[in-house]
Amino acid sequence: MTNKISRRDTLKYGLGATLGATTALYAPAVLSSDAPVIRYLGTAVNMGDDIEKKLFEDTGIKVQYISVTTDEVTKRVLTQPNSFDIVDSEYFSLPKLVPSGNILGMDTSRIKEWDNVTSIFTKGVTPGGKKVGLQGTAPSKVMYLTGATSGKFADEATQYATLIPTVYNADTLGIRPDLIDGPVTSWADLMRPEFKGKAATLNIPSIGIMDAAMVVEAMGEYTYPDKGNMTKAEIDLTMKIFTEAKKAGHFRAFWSDFNESVNLMASGEVVIQSMWSPAITAVKAQGKPCVYQPLKEGYRAWAAGFALPKTTRGKQADVVYEFINWYLSGWVGAYLNRQGYYSAVLGTAKEYMSENEWGFWMEGKPATEDILSPSGAKLGSVGEVRDGGSYEDRMGGVACWNATMDENKYMVRKWNEMVAA
Amino acid sequence: MTKLSRYFEPKFSWLALPFAAVFFIFFVIPLFLTIIVSFWDYNDYSIIPDLIFENYIYIFEGCFQFDADLCMTFKTYLSTLYFCLLTWVLTLLIGFSVAYFLAFYVKTIPVQIALFLICTIPFWTSNVIRMVSWIPLLGRHGLVNDTLIFLGIIDTPVEWFLYSEFSVILALVHLYTLFMIVPIFNSMMRIDKSIIEGAYDAGASEIQILTNIIIPLCKPGIVIGSIFVVTVVMGDFVTIGIMGGQQLASIGKIINTEMNYLQLPGAAANAVILLFITIIIIITMTKFIDIRKEL
Repeated sequence: MTNKISRRDTLKYGLGATLGATTALYAPAVLSSDAPVIRYLGTAVNMGDDIEKKLFEDTGIKVQYISVTTDEVTKRVLTQPNSFDIVDSEYFSLPKLVPSGNILGMDTSRIKEWDNVTSIFTKGVTPGGKKVGLQGTAPSKVMYLTGATSGKFADEATQYATLIPTVYNADTLGIRPDLIDGPVTSWADLMRPEFKGKAATLNIPSIGIMDAAMVVEAMGEYTYPDKGNMTKAEIDLTMKIFTEAKKAGHFRAFWSDFNESVNLMASGEVVIQSMWSPAITAVKAQGKPCVYQPLKEGYRAWAAGFALPKTTRGKQADVVYEFINWYLSGWVGAYLNRQGYYSAVLGTAKEYMSENEWGFWMEGKPATEDILSPSGAKLGSVGEVRDGGSYEDRMGGVACWNATMDENKYMVRKWNEMVAA
Repeated sequence: MTKLSRYFEPKFSWLALPFAAVFFIFFVIPLFLTIIVSFWDYNDYSIIPDLIFENYIYIFEGCFQFDADLCMTFKTYLSTLYFCLLTWVLTLLIGFSVAYFLAFYVKTIPVQIALFLICTIPFWTSNVIRMVSWIPLLGRHGLVNDTLIFLGIIDTPVEWFLYSEFSVILALVHLYTLFMIVPIFNSMMRIDKSIIEGAYDAGASEIQILTNIIIPLCKPGIVIGSIFVVTVVMGDFVTIGIMGGQQLASIGKIINTEMNYLQLPGAAANAVILLFITIIIIITMTKFIDIRKEL
């Protein structure tokens, strides 16, 4: 890297000396044709203009976003692995992606901050030592490969990781406290009779069934050995309870798009529903109170990370690794933390956040100043505490992870049957 | 051959070639591939060339046990057909009335064009915006409910305005009536005015002119409009999904979900069945009227 810069500098100044003013005209053209471009496949979650700009400022790398839905990311990796240079995928897609051989194991020796990646990914415990629930496709279960191109998960830590983690969070139910009487403390509250016609859940079968399982377990109907990998009988049982509720008109709607969930909640059509963290922020931004309610049974968590398709090699792979190292070096981490997500390397992100921000988002402390989103919108006032509290409390309270089940096909069918019922 | 040559000069048949090529590459080949893939096997991450009937058997699993509940596939098709029928009847009635008004009661062409453009307003906004905009209108705290409560007609908000069969039909009719108006209007404009004048002079009432002259002469337009509406509604899953609160089944949604979970052969099999049923409906409709003859 230093070599490259000095060579470029020599070229610039050398030419400048001989050709005078003309170089000033040519130099930008030379630089921009030089600028490495990486095609970045992922969901819109992590694709901000701010990140793109900052990346170019810091490294001279340009990024081309290919923004699609979660399911579409998986489909692209499997069907068109040469259409991108790096993919940002969720861990629960790995049981599909890895056996296909279309993604490479990530060489952890090339990741500067690898040793500082939060232990939730590498060991399945929080930095504070709390054990994280491992039901479902927990990242720590699918973190390593036996070799760069082996296509097999390793039980032990190896040099090759499936994904280099980027962002993750713990999901729970969102509520409208102004339209609800009394406290909501359990996943079972989603089915409370008073919420008839005012509850919602999502119409994405693989995630919806996990939320359904949290509800069924909280109702005391059944205790799953592994909510993330149900047997056919367990799927039947779960769907039966939800189908009956659906037929009785308990749900106002199902949603399949982030914006739908925001509209349902902001309009008051729904007062309690499965929700994602940025949707809560979006409802609040419309001036409606909305709480990401911590529940006693814990959270359903998800996590995403970077991988390279098998077609990204040589110099292009170097650029992508440089991008990943930059990504973990703190600025992006702070950016993600400020949106209510969590960054994979906590230490570097901390350096880019104020004491007030770190205290609010990560330590569960009351805000000492207004809390602002990366775009400058006010998310919290002085004295306010984050829903669910600290990182340790939230991530330590994870009960299960988004998953791909062995009985996936059966589950999708049963889900469709519920919709048709 | 002789029959064909009555319709066009074989010498100039190459004029049809560009469109035939587009049709072949972008319709016939993909359709053919879909049919082939519907007989393939698959796992979580790939599709496997094969010749199996499991995908079709899976769709109809449990459909022929008549003592049990109706199976998902039949339920879904019944629901889709129900939406199709209601939408068809309503768009036909509304579309015909609007076209009738435009063709026979609006005297000047500029006004006709202006009114015609107004009919296309539903298409000026994107699908998503159109869908979202129903919530402030029909929602629990929407304009309609608030107005009815203000006027004292109801005490509590009406729930079935939104996320119900009603709202699905409303949105479908709102969207697709134009597909009926255009071909019917076109047919009406081609009716020779002297026929109508003749009937009028002979003492026919407006109703008699409508049923004996206009409707029979509009049949091709009605059939073409019906084909548009039926095919679009049979395959729709976005409108039914959003307006039904994702709680109403449509065959398109099942295919969509299967594709999202990479169950492509299953989705292909469902698509082939949907195509088959849609073709049957269209053939039935064209039995009533020979479009080619009428055109």
